[in-house]
Amino acid sequence: MIALLLILIPLASGLLCFFISSERDAKSWSLFASILTLATAFAGTYSFLGIPSLSFDATWLPSLGSRFSIGLDGMGKMLCLLNSIAFPIVFASVYKNSYKKPGNFYGLMLLMQTGLMGVFLATDCLLFYFFWELALVPAYFLCSSWGGEKRIQVTFKFFIYTFTGSLLMLVGILFLYFKTTDHSFALQSFYHVKLSAPEENFLFWLFFIAFAIKMPVFPFHTWQPDTYEQAPTAVTMILSGVMVKMGLFGVIRWLLPMFPHAAMHYSHLIIILCVTGILYASLIAIRQDDLKRLIAYSSIAHIGLMCAAIFSSQRVGMHGVMIQMFNHGVNVIGLWIVADVIETQLGTRKFSELGGLARRAPALAMLLTVMALANVALPLTNAFIGEFLMFNGLFRYNVWIAAIGGISIILAAVYTLNMIQRVFYGNNSLLTDNANDVTTGTKIMLAVLVIVVVVLGVYPQPMLQLTSDTVQATFIKFHP
Amino acid sequence: MINLIFLVPFFPLLGFLINGLFRRSLSKNTISIIGSGVVLLSFIISIILFFDVKNNGGIVVHYFDFIDTESFQIPFAFQVDQLSVIFLLIITGVGFLIHLYSTSYMHAEPTEHFGRYFSYLNLFVFSMLLLVLGANYVVMFIGWEGVGLCSYLLIGFWFKNDSYNYAATKAFVMNRIGDLGFLLAIFWILNKLGTATYTEVFEQASALSPPDVTAITLLLFVGAVGKSAQIPLYTWLPDAMAGPTPVSALIHAATMVTAGIYMIARSNALYSLSHLSRDVVAIVGLTTAILAATIALYQNDFKKVLAYSTVSQLGFMFLALGVGAYTTGVFHVMTHAFFKALLFLAAGSVIHAMNGEQDITKMGGLRKKLPVTYFTFLIGVLAISGFPFTSGFISKDEILIATYTHSRVLFWFASFAAVLTAIYMFRLLMLVFYGGFRGTPEQEHHLHESPLAMTVPLIVLAILSAVGGFVQLPEAFGGHHYLNDFLSPVVPASVPEGAHVAVKEYYLLAGTAVGLIIIALLANKLFAVKKFAGVYTGFKKILADKWYIDELYNSIIVKPLNSIAGFLNTVIDKSIIDGIVNGTGRFVNYSARQLRLLQSGQVGNYILFMVLSITVLFLVFWNQEIILAFLQKIF
Amino acid sequence: MPIQYYIALAACLFCIGVVGVVTRRNAIIIFMCIELMLNAVNLLLVAFSKMHYNSALAVNTNTNAGIEAQVFVFFIMVVAAAEVSVGLAIIVMMYRNVHSVDINFLNRLKN
Repeated sequence: MIALLLILIPLASGLLCFFISSERDAKSWSLFASILTLATAFAGTYSFLGIPSLSFDATWLPSLGSRFSIGLDGMGKMLCLLNSIAFPIVFASVYKNSYKKPGNFYGLMLLMQTGLMGVFLATDCLLFYFFWELALVPAYFLCSSWGGEKRIQVTFKFFIYTFTGSLLMLVGILFLYFKTTDHSFALQSFYHVKLSAPEENFLFWLFFIAFAIKMPVFPFHTWQPDTYEQAPTAVTMILSGVMVKMGLFGVIRWLLPMFPHAAMHYSHLIIILCVTGILYASLIAIRQDDLKRLIAYSSIAHIGLMCAAIFSSQRVGMHGVMIQMFNHGVNVIGLWIVADVIETQLGTRKFSELGGLARRAPALAMLLTVMALANVALPLTNAFIGEFLMFNGLFRYNVWIAAIGGISIILAAVYTLNMIQRVFYGNNSLLTDNANDVTTGTKIMLAVLVIVVVVLGVYPQPMLQLTSDTVQATFIKFHP
Repeated sequence: MINLIFLVPFFPLLGFLINGLFRRSLSKNTISIIGSGVVLLSFIISIILFFDVKNNGGIVVHYFDFIDTESFQIPFAFQVDQLSVIFLLIITGVGFLIHLYSTSYMHAEPTEHFGRYFSYLNLFVFSMLLLVLGANYVVMFIGWEGVGLCSYLLIGFWFKNDSYNYAATKAFVMNRIGDLGFLLAIFWILNKLGTATYTEVFEQASALSPPDVTAITLLLFVGAVGKSAQIPLYTWLPDAMAGPTPVSALIHAATMVTAGIYMIARSNALYSLSHLSRDVVAIVGLTTAILAATIALYQNDFKKVLAYSTVSQLGFMFLALGVGAYTTGVFHVMTHAFFKALLFLAAGSVIHAMNGEQDITKMGGLRKKLPVTYFTFLIGVLAISGFPFTSGFISKDEILIATYTHSRVLFWFASFAAVLTAIYMFRLLMLVFYGGFRGTPEQEHHLHESPLAMTVPLIVLAILSAVGGFVQLPEAFGGHHYLNDFLSPVVPASVPEGAHVAVKEYYLLAGTAVGLIIIALLANKLFAVKKFAGVYTGFKKILADKWYIDELYNSIIVKPLNSIAGFLNTVIDKSIIDGIVNGTGRFVNYSARQLRLLQSGQVGNYILFMVLSITVLFLVFWNQEIILAFLQKIF
Repeated sequence: MPIQYYIALAACLFCIGVVGVVTRRNAIIIFMCIELMLNAVNLLLVAFSKMHYNSALAVNTNTNAGIEAQVFVFFIMVVAAAEVSVGLAIIVMMYRNVHSVDINFLNRLKN
């Protein structure tokens, strides 16, 4: 029931939100609804920890053999939690921003949350695909209606790109559907489809490309910096904090168990691709002059590491990926909040026009510094645990790959500190001379994130335990 | 006693939180009291722990499971034993003195920044304590990166200055290069042994294959090279002098930079299994000692001279570790903490009196105006140069003896570096405290002795520098190697080798030391009092420009990396990869436009297409069998 | 006469008609070519009708086999007549509008 509520609450409140015309009401309503979802997610994650699965099953499309079946395992719980934490934080942090047609904006945001929830919950492949697209469509409208100057062109590219991937996946899903013995879309039937090696290899790529575009993995990443730059910041937070996890989630939940042999067969190629991407994105991040683009490229590097760790097929690495999915979401949202504060206050994101902000906004500087340090995976921040485990997994896979990928932790220090320095330190520019510190609301928001960062960095064990069942289950099907 | 251990790092953490969060509302006095008080409390507990360890031996306290997976468990645990307690005393003791000194030195800062300064400093002490207290490599790594962070924050403390920020970033990044090596070493250990806890690792160390041990120890050494500023990663330390002087004393002389020595001394069980690694450590250490000493000869910035001298002394410590004299290395860490902290703090006192001036060519004759500073600085110089029976003499001679028994060649090189040390230190002493004043009249007018909060730490450290070495006074002089005995449960004693050296050797070395100082005095009479400083030419210029190592790194690493990044950004990413993506879209667009032309609107064309299509259809229809057979042949 | 002669003649007429329609630009000539094609078909229909009638006569003297084809021929002629009247009317309108019967002027379908 909890699982169903997680989908129904955002869906119902989102649909209702379209009819709210007053800005205040829309904001308050969506904030309230998202907090309600958060409470539900907490209930689902913690009070039922002993029960193996929180599932719901109903008839949906009987003629096709597809059922509305949803369920939560450890990874699902964690990502639902991330999804439901992200939205209240995003709503609260953009509370002071005003959007035209607020009812539609917040309604679409909540619909996007519905889609994301559904993706993390679905245990039926057609349902998964349905929610996968449901998450994409609101994102498209949000970006194209409330985005920056080049929004139409960029959003079009984003949509077509990800949609192409989705269609490839749909082809794969249908192929598998016709191969199932009982003609159903259920997760378990998909797991047990018998495939010949060439079929498996072919289908593997159909699915992998869809997920790789979503993550995104080098070289499928070019939609991302543009989209993050052009989308309204609230949407960017969700895109990079939660939506990219859909790709990783898809790989772990669907791709690996369905095509274990193909995954093993291509793991070397994919890891090399990922590690190339990590270094590539880190190097490019060094040269960015735009705060948003820098965060985007740094995100590509981090996601690349997670993808590499998944395919290293080591339990340690998988544990790292699990915890890092959550941590990366929290950290990147924190960075976007700061970017938003700077952009709305000063009207620019260019490093060359910023500088010396630390004197005008010490609290903001401090909070960003913590977030940035989490971004470089400093110990006692949450990201350290994840990166430590993931690099350990890579190391077990291959020493040289770990060493080469490890260069990224040096490069991460370069671009992150460079960012701090150029935004906050040095002399004031004309713009930053009159800047104010953050409002109390934003300060509290960021402080919450900082506390999450530190607590998970010092005591990560609960999060590791939460997802360990998924790791075990994955490895039963996917032998290293 | 077990209950007390966590208090040692806890107090500085508390100080960090209080000073950091309430830095705007607290007064400077409260901040000072909290900031130094917490370190004093830690120091007192450390003393209690010291006596406890002395009587009852070391102990491991397990707090909670930090990372717990099927493959390995990493507990958050502290290990208090002979080695860590020595470091605890150094860190909290010297740390307290430097905190005390800072209350006066930083008093001109606005309250907010004053609070920020103390919170960073407390955070540093916390991280450093974590580093030495950790019972496994991962906890050590936490402290390891933590001190790097604090170093970054404190070097860039005056963040308005961009070159300071650049120095801070440089320090952090170069440390990170070392950290990567350390991290890989941890992975290697975890992978082979399934644990990172010291006791277990050292027990099972002999089970490791020789290549594994060599790889692990070399990777650990990469970490040490970064943190302890050795070749090739030493260039950040001189730049780190951008930070406030007490920071240089605490972080970049007494404690953080010695973390690498602590790590290797701690891992002695691993290093004693790999000759190759030990040789690498010794050679890198010695090369650094000489290179840094030569650079120090012609520097004109007060703190830069001391920075290069630190690099050089750290090289000595690595030399000691490399020749297997682990205790000696730790001993030199201790004495170096005393005299180098003293030298830095005295330098701070001078800079304070000179109103921020750091150029020694603009000083001179300060002996009369700053008597306490002068006297304590003199003791520091004597100690670092190895004047008989000062702490520096005893520790450095121990290193030289250990080197001598290991290899004669290394010994002569090391002695050469020791001579250089004496020369550049006396040059510094002469230029700053002797001769006539070369600064501006305002500066001369402003000259004053520092307040008590600054001079008391100087005096305490001067006493320690003078007599601190007696814990290891050789038997030849009627002493006893107390430190060796104390450390023997964790670090194998290194003096047995030294004990073979005849008593005569001691007198010889004592004589050498006196000789050194005479040489140094003469050299400085010749150079320092005359117009020694100024524009250099020839070989001196190469030394004054630090062998152009920074420029070399700039042109072979920084600039190429930057241009590769630029190339990737503009050409590969924007033009090629994104070009392919956009190109696909454009191709679809283009083909659609071309196909649209078929719909010309010309009736004739439509009819022509119709006729042609019908013809083709007829042809296909008539030749069905042939076509099907052909298709079957293909597929 | 053997049926092949009729088929060959009809095929020639039809091809002349097709080529005329495709290549000529004058609406009236295109029109005449269409008539030509229709008449080629008519010719074939009549020829086959006669062939069937002859072969059926050998079996049964009272037969009316092949009569349907001749009905079709009349039908086609009627349709052609209707077409001519409508088509010529269009051509006349066109001539009034653009003072030409060149079909290349009639590219309004485009856009």
